[in-house]
This record gives sequence, C-alpha cells and structure tokens, in this order.
Amino acid sequence: MSTVTLNIDDRKVTIPAGTTVLEACRMNNIPIPTLCHDPELTNSGSCRLCVVEVEGMRSLSPSCVTVATQGMQVKTNTRRVKEARKTVLELLVANHPLDCMTCQKMGDCSLAQYAYEYGVKDDVYPGERRNVCLDDSNPFIVRDSNKCILCGKCVRVCEEVQGRSVLDFYQRGFESLVGPAFGSDLSQSDCVLCGSCVSVCPVGALTEKQMIGKGRPWEIKKVQTTCPFCGTGCSFDLNVKAGEVIGVTSNPEAPVNGRALCVKGRFGTDFIHSPNRLTAPLVKKDGEFVEVEWDEALDLVASKLRAIKSEYGADSIAALSSAHCTNEENYLMQKFMRAVIGTNNIDHCART
Amino acid sequence: MTNSINEIPNAQVMFVIGSNPTEAHPVIGAKMKQALAKGAKLIVVDPRRIELADKADVWMRIRPGTDVALINGIMNIILENGWEDKEFIAERTEQFEQFKEALKKYQPEVVSKITGVPLEQMLEAAKLYANAEKSQIFYTLGITEHTSGTDNVMSLANLAMLTGNLGKESSGVNPLRGQNNVQGACDMGALPNVYPGYQSVTNPDVRAKFEKVWGVELNPNQGFMIPDMFEAAHKKSLRAMYIVGEDPVLTDADANHVRKGLEELDFLVVQDIFMSETAKLADVVLPGASFAEKTGTFTNTERRVQMVRQAIKPIGNAKADSEIICEISKRLGVELNFNNTADIMDEVASLTPQYTGISHERLGIKGLQWPVPNQEHPGTKFLHEGKFTRGKGLFTVIDYQLPDELPDEEYPFLLSTGRKLSHYNIMTRNSAGLDSYSPEELAEMNPIDAKKLGIEDGEKVRVASRRGELETKVRVTDKVLPGMLFMTLHYKESPANVLTNAAYDRVSKTYEYKVCGVRVDRI
Ligand code: SF4
Ligand code: SF4
Ligand code: SF4
Repeated sequence: MSTVTLNIDDRKVTIPAGTTVLEACRMNNIPIPTLCHDPELTNSGSCRLCVVEVEGMRSLSPSCVTVATQGMQVKTNTRRVKEARKTVLELLVANHPLDCMTCQKMGDCSLAQYAYEYGVKDDVYPGERRNVCLDDSNPFIVRDSNKCILCGKCVRVCEEVQGRSVLDFYQRGFESLVGPAFGSDLSQSDCVLCGSCVSVCPVGALTEKQMIGKGRPWEIKKVQTTCPFCGTGCSFDLNVKAGEVIGVTSNPEAPVNGRALCVKGRFGTDFIHSPNRLTAPLVKKDGEFVEVEWDEALDLVASKLRAIKSEYGADSIAALSSAHCTNEENYLMQKFMRAVIGTNNIDHCART
Repeated sequence: MTNSINEIPNAQVMFVIGSNPTEAHPVIGAKMKQALAKGAKLIVVDPRRIELADKADVWMRIRPGTDVALINGIMNIILENGWEDKEFIAERTEQFEQFKEALKKYQPEVVSKITGVPLEQMLEAAKLYANAEKSQIFYTLGITEHTSGTDNVMSLANLAMLTGNLGKESSGVNPLRGQNNVQGACDMGALPNVYPGYQSVTNPDVRAKFEKVWGVELNPNQGFMIPDMFEAAHKKSLRAMYIVGEDPVLTDADANHVRKGLEELDFLVVQDIFMSETAKLADVVLPGASFAEKTGTFTNTERRVQMVRQAIKPIGNAKADSEIICEISKRLGVELNFNNTADIMDEVASLTPQYTGISHERLGIKGLQWPVPNQEHPGTKFLHEGKFTRGKGLFTVIDYQLPDELPDEEYPFLLSTGRKLSHYNIMTRNSAGLDSYSPEELAEMNPIDAKKLGIEDGEKVRVASRRGELETKVRVTDKVLPGMLFMTLHYKESPANVLTNAAYDRVSKTYEYKVCGVRVDRI
C-alpha cells in the first residue's frame, strides 16, 4: 500500500494514500470537531466545523473532504481556525433552544460540548428562533426540529444504511428543516422506526422516547450484549440505571450490524421489566396456580420425574429446549435429559 | 449460512426465495438494499408482494408449494443454454449425469403451468443467476415450512452446485435462521438424534466419547421429534414433559391437537419468563431469567458465537435457566458441577468440534464464527471453500410433490403464515412499545376476494379450517394473490395455528405452516 507523509501541527504523520486530512488527524489522536461527519456515511462537508489551515490555500479547508497529499503542511489549532469554528458554533447556537437542563441529550450532545470548548455565548446573534411542532406521533422516536442543526446525518443513514430514504431537507434558509417529505410526521411516512437516525443525531433533535427522563449519561452503565429477537444476531448496549434496563443504544463496534438495528432490537427490550413477568415459582393446586418457594417447586419436579421414570422408563419423559435460551443453557438441558434422565427425547422449535 | 452477513453488500446477484428479510431479518434486509444501491441484481420468489418484490429485477409470483418445480425448471433452462459451471461440476460434484437426465421432464412450459410463473421470468432469472460471478441464495421458512421442505432445500443446493455458486465470498446458499439462537440450540444438540456438534447418538464411538466425559452410560436410541412427542402423549407412551422457553400451543401447527396432547400428560413443567399459553397447562411453572439477567452466548445465522452479558439481577425471584436445571439435577442425585456459564462453554468446546477454539474469554466484542478448530483460529467467514464436508457435492434428483392440503370447495382459500416486522414470535407481545405499535392481527386478503365476499378493510371475520377456527380483522391489499390469505403467528387473540396443518416434512418433521385450506365468513 502506498503512503503519504505530511505535517500536522509540526508533527510528521504517515498515512495510507487517499486518506482525508480529518482521518489522518483522528488516526493520530489530533482532535478535530465535527458535526456532520460520520465514518460509516458519505461526507457532506456541510457543517464547516472541521476546517483547518493548509499551507498554500487562501481559505480554510474542510478537513473531512480534503485528501492528504505528500508534504502537505496542516495547522489545526491556529487562531484563525478557532475563530472560524467558533463563528460556526455561534450561528448554530443562535437558532437553538437553550433548554439543555431538561434536554434528554444533555451530557452526550456534540453541540453543547463544542460550544463549551470554544467558549460560545448565547447573545452574539440575537434574533428569532425556530418554533415548529414536536413530532411524537409514534411510540419510539421523538423529533424536535427546533433542536436540529441540519447536519444531515439522519438523512444519509436512512438512505445509505437502511435503504429507506424517509428523511430529507425541505424548505430553505431560516425555514430549513429535516424530516419526512412535506413536513409530515414519521408515523405517516414509510419509516420503519429502526432508530438509526436517532443513533447518529449529534444533538437532541432525535431521541428515544422510552428513555426520556430515565437517566443521564453519567448515571448509565452500558452493557454490550446480543439481541434476543432474530437470527441476525445484532449486538447493542443495554443501558442500565439502578438495576433497571432503561433502553438500548447502538454500539459502533457491533460486528454484524454496526450501529444499525431494527425496531425490535432497539425498542422492544422493555419486555424485560414487563409487569407480566413471572417472578415466583407456581404450583397448580386444585386447578389454580399458587406461588410457592423454590424448594417446594423443585422438590415436586424432581420427585415427579423420578416417579415417572421408575414407573414408565426414561423414554416416557421428554423435553423442549429453547431457541431463545443461550448455548450454555441448551447444552445443559440436553445433557440433563441424556445423562441424568437417560433419554434422547429432546428437541426445540428448530424449525420456526 | 455458508456466507457471512457482511458479504451481502458485495453480492452481485441475490436470489431470495420464501424469505421476507426486510420484515423478518430487518438488518439483513437493509444490507440487501445496500447491495442493490451498489448495482446488485435481485431475483425474488414469493407469492406475496413483499417489500423486496417491488425492488426486484425479476419477481416470480409463485403458486405456494411449487418451489421444487420452479427450481427444476430454472435448472433445465440453465442446462439447455449451457450456462452451467462445467469445471465446478467435474471437480467438485458427483452423479451429475443422472441428475441431468431427470431434469429433462421439467420443460419450462410445463413448469410455468405448475407454478404460475411466466416463461420469460424463468428465463431471465436463470440467466441472471447462472451468469454472474457471485450469486447468493437466501431462503427462510417459506422454503422449509412445507411437507416438501427438505426437498426444497436440496433443490437449492442443486442449483448452487450446478452453477458453481458455492464456497466463495459473497456466493453460497444462505438459510436465514429465524429465532435468535436457533442455530446455537441445534449446535448444542437440543435435537433427538445428535449430541452437540451434530454427532449422531446412534454412533457407538461418539457415544463412548460422551459417556467418558459425562461419566454415565447413554441411551443408544434416537428420541422423539416434536410432532412425535404430542402423538406419544396422546398414546400415553409419553408421560411427562419439561418445556423451557417455548410455547408450542401457540407456535406449533394444529394447536388444538398440541393442547390435547399436553393435557394427556401426567406431569408438565414449564420454565419461562411469561405465563405462556403452554405454561397455563402446566403443573409447575418455574420463572426463568431474560437475556438481560444472565451470561452466556447466542449463535447467529452466520455461525457467529457472541456473548450475552448479564446487565441486571434476575427479576423478583426468577433464576437463570442453567441454575434451575442444575438444581433439579441435584435433586435427582446428579451434581452438574459448573461454577459459571464460562465453565459450561469450556465443556462444550471439549466435546464439539466446531466450537473447539471457543471460550467466553476469546469472544470479546466481536465473537467468533464457527468452525473454530483451535484456540488460535480466527474463525471461519464462509464455508465449503475448496471442498464440501462430505467431500464431493452430491446432485440429488428431487421431484415435485403437491402440498398435503390444498384449497377445495369447502375451504377455498389458501392460508399462508409468517411474521411481521414489529414482532418476533410472541416475546415481543410483552413489549408495551411494540404492542401498541402493532396491537392486533390483520389477515391479508386480495381486493378481488374482499369484494366478492363483501368484506371491508378492517372488518372482523371468522376464518376456519378442518382443524379449528378463529376471528381476525382483515387488511384488504394486493400484497396477496386472489385466493390467498396471509396471517402471522404473533397473536394469541387470533392464533393462526389452530388453523394450520400438522402434516410435516418426512425428514426434518417441520410442519407445513405455509399451505392449508381455509374458509372466510363474515360475522
Ligand atoms: S427510524 Fe429508520 S427508517 Fe425511520 S427515519 Fe429514522 S433511519 Fe429512517
Ligand atoms: S435531526 Fe439530528 S441528525 Fe438529523 S439533521 Fe438534524 S441534527 Fe442532524
Ligand atoms: S435488532 Fe432486529 S435485525 Fe438485529 S438481531 Fe435484533 S431483531 Fe434481528
């Protein structure tokens, strides 16, 4: 593979040919702020936050669409660069509600983070702010277009990853918005509620409805696990607060799916805390289920199985194991039936 | 799957038969769309106007249950035109001549009459599939849930071998497994004829290996498959059942027959996380833990073994299934000494050739795709490179048979069953969010039939088969052909399986969920 060597902030950096300046910086732990860039999506070069100074270029260059060349001299941190970025952020903040205190995204918002880093104040460009209606027409995703910074990531992920193209830009200038065609709600569009758009939104414009008010990022423990619904085997992070699963977020490292999920995996795990869960062993007495202690239930199971085996033989007992259970549980179940009961009468709904 | 999911975006031709990935395997469906965006060609075989049908280069709207005839017809066309892969056939397969002879009777005109698929479409599909360098077949339950399910699968293998579309990246035969760990449950030997790793219980050497590790003498006879179990319960040769995490009363064909079988038992114990329809019949119900409450592994449809990690404690007084099984075993006098599920996986690895190099520690974030023959092995992305498991690939003559039950005067509609996007079998019904999004059954009926019967969109009707009846709302749509009714199996309020036929495939004993005769009456 051919490589190029360039200079970034007086550091010599060697990278594969064809790499963008942004990627070159990120590979070498040189921070560059971005709002519209995403490694899994095409580049739009629209937010202008990633600008850098390239020697020989009169204006600042957006690093996400500038390919690094041999001997290039790049500065990422000059006053001019910082001023330019700050202006971009000031303009965004000027048209952004400042209800960070109650925003679901607080603590995980790229705009707030960069505004803080670049010392952006609210009163630089006073004027009107957008005021459009919330779209909470569906059970899973809340769209607050007033918070949208028009980065277009949701538009691209819906088209490029999900193959849906539900979202697009519409109207112009101050009126610009992103959403389903003709300003309609998600529930009236072809949206399948996969939530991929939520997973890429850098601000609080797209959020998970079920998680609103349930926890702040710093209170949440993320546990990577595998989806319990279909054979695709997507993986994601369970978000846990105080012993409760409050929702699911994408894990970009997921080997099968990346950040993509479907409506079931992303929004269906609330079954874990369903009030219908069985929480105690039950034994049927006179046709009614009665809650009992584990010992009573297990003793009963063991004594019945023992009696039936001694009267009718091991092959009079059968088990169904489960395609929902883990490998370890399935292994144990077949071992139990074969080595303890003494029969090969074990099957599961392998075929559904 | 012989290939991996992430090979899909690079496919050149995708042949999707009896599978509705954008609803049943949405993330795989999305990857297929990525391939389409990059210029891949798509062939869809499905009687329903599924989402991918509208994006297909060729959509063959086949008469349900005639898949074998169609595939034989397509292979006939491939041979007529000399599009077969002669080198692959010569080097890697056997019994080709016999097979070729047998295909002669599947003249395209005849096949077109049987399947209802126009000649030009068959020709176009044959041309696309056979002539691309990398063609991939995808199938799901639309292929296996027939009395001819095994035949259907073997026909697809024939098609892939004939054109050399196997054993390469982005080229193979890919069953999309339904439930999350169906692959793993099979790998682990939760089957009546094999131990973990598909090792036969009737093979004395295999048995000796397991007897040595487990320290007991093992039963040399194959056990009952699911349909046999309910039959045996009726006949009183089966007396007790232990059912973990399955709900056969809702999910098995001819539900009334299943229910009666379970009622015949002397003792039924059900272990589940919800009070399922099956659990209601039990003598003892044991509360298991959900996937969030335990540690272990699932194996997905591309053979990737991945970690399931405990995030919270079991709810209430529930216990992990592995713990419950060990407790019962202990009370029967056998200690299954495992400290944790990582230990169990170590024993699996010691006995299961495909899992030899797998341990919880190695799986990490990315998991491993079996076969993993040793601790250093990186896993296997696609199967059958260079050679098949059995050596040479065998061409098998498969003849077309009619489904067990077809519509007739009394039951004029053809009922087919499947799933929809927002639900997965029945567990998702307990997600308040998903259930509010998709709360009830909507049986699909063609506008022509709806008009004939005077049924409005959204109207409630009675659907009956020879085995049972139910009430359901109707969605009038041209997604289904005239004469066809489509229902899902998610709703206990409209349990489609009281209608379905429990006739099953002679080898896999999979029920014929996809075809039976029903009648529809206004209420
Ligand atoms: S939820 Fe999925 S389909 Fe709907 S708009 Fe977002 S990305 Fe598109
Ligand atoms: S909704 Fe979010 S992701 Fe979409 S354009 Fe607005 S800020 Fe970007
Ligand atoms: S997120 Fe959706 S596609 Fe992925 S494994 Fe779960 S159910 Fe299947």
